[in-house]
Amino acid sequence: MRIVCPHCGERGLQEFLYHGDATVTRPRDGGAEPTPEWTDYVYLRDNPNGAHRELWYHNAGCHAWLVVTRNLRTHEITAVETAHDVALGRLS
Amino acid sequence: MVDKYSVFSVLREALRGHTGWRPAWRDASPVGAYDVIIVGGGGHGLATAYYLAKNHQRMRIAVVEKGWLGNGSIGRNTTIIRSNYLLPGNAPFYEFSMKLWEGLEQDINYNAMVSQRGVLNIIHSDAQRDAYARRGNSMRLHGIDAELLDLAALRAKVPYLDYENARFPIQGALLQRRGGTVRHDAVAWGYARAADRLGVDIIQNCEVTGIKTENGKAIGVETTRGYIPGKKIGLACAGNSSRVAAMAGISLPIESHALQAFVSESIKPLIDNVITFGAGHFYISQSDKGGLVFGGDIDGYNSYASRGNLPTIEDVCEGGMALMPMLGRARLVRHWGGIMDMTMDGSPIIDKSPVENLYLNAGWCYGGFKATPASGWCFAHLIARDEPHEVATAYRLDRFAKGYVIDEKGVGASPNLH
Repeated sequence: MRIVCPHCGERGLQEFLYHGDATVTRPRDGGAEPTPEWTDYVYLRDNPNGAHRELWYHNAGCHAWLVVTRNLRTHEITAVETAHDVALGRLS
Repeated sequence: MVDKYSVFSVLREALRGHTGWRPAWRDASPVGAYDVIIVGGGGHGLATAYYLAKNHQRMRIAVVEKGWLGNGSIGRNTTIIRSNYLLPGNAPFYEFSMKLWEGLEQDINYNAMVSQRGVLNIIHSDAQRDAYARRGNSMRLHGIDAELLDLAALRAKVPYLDYENARFPIQGALLQRRGGTVRHDAVAWGYARAADRLGVDIIQNCEVTGIKTENGKAIGVETTRGYIPGKKIGLACAGNSSRVAAMAGISLPIESHALQAFVSESIKPLIDNVITFGAGHFYISQSDKGGLVFGGDIDGYNSYASRGNLPTIEDVCEGGMALMPMLGRARLVRHWGGIMDMTMDGSPIIDKSPVENLYLNAGWCYGGFKATPASGWCFAHLIARDEPHEVATAYRLDRFAKGYVIDEKGVGASPNLH
């Protein structure tokens, strides 16, 4: 498996670190009591058998956080965006 | 009804040219409604069906399997059994499983080649010796056998490790003598045959495509071979638990990951134990055919593809080379991948689901094989009596929300734990 980094081009898997599901969003701090939103964020995952948006960190390259869309059955990568752009998109 | 296997049946068949053997289980088709439908014909599903039929009231039981028996993780693991667990939620359960392994072959009348050859966890640092001493003490407090070997004792037992390794010095090992290996396919086949003898319908090539609910209760499963009504439905489809649970609208604290396993060419008897490397993630044993069977980490990113990638192969082999450099002379002949249900605390789930009459057996991470008998026993208990078995009370689904995670490694929410 190889990932096309938007900054560095196509690179081997060993340059990257995996950080899991990119679709979960951290809830706002809600005080001392645990909330269902926090349980969902920390533990629950969709784990789809198909397209999966996930975070990768280009550890041995440009140090960018990437959001990669990858098919979990075929490992085919269909999109790579920087997490920075994805976060800005969420805000707008 | 299939004949009982015995010395006499082997002799009789030897005399008549092996013409009298019959299939070990019926190739059943779905017929009518069932009291219990088990989704998943792997080790855990078949064991559940067997113990449901054996230990509980008379009922009609079906096991539905999307492929053929033993094509999932029951036939893809590295065959290790052990009960060297630290935490109170785990130790009694895995020890119960070990005791069931010890009597399994007589119970199901099938040779599963249970071999209690001992599991050695190698120690490489002072801190690790402390940790393993603590683990061993915890095991002994739970009535599980554990011995701490010093360097001289370990050297006498396994002289071929790299004792001169400057980076990963070997200091000793934690030994569980009752741990060992079991022929994995035979576990699936043995449970299937034993369940079939008790009247369980094992329906292969029957993929569940939907779970039908009515007023919040599960009432049956849609399959590629038609609708099958059932009063109770048990999911034992680790690897794909998230997919199947999603059919009933349930989200799980699980990610699916690929774990690879490897076997070398056959060589003369060399390793008579199971050995695990403590400075990396690597475990090895030798099969009765002579191949060295070994494995290591999961590939490290979500996957439903039953195959792995090269960086992990390199990583596993580096671990092996650091422990016993002679491995470099053996050729690797096969490697394969299986899909694991990786939970966020590294421990499994045996519990009722939020949908009534739907039961969950999921999240076995790397460690489902050794748990097979106890998992089946406890899941059958839960389904038949609607209450958890006493050794499986910690495996609740709501433990994540309530803060009662069973985190053997002590590292917090992370889907890459044992």
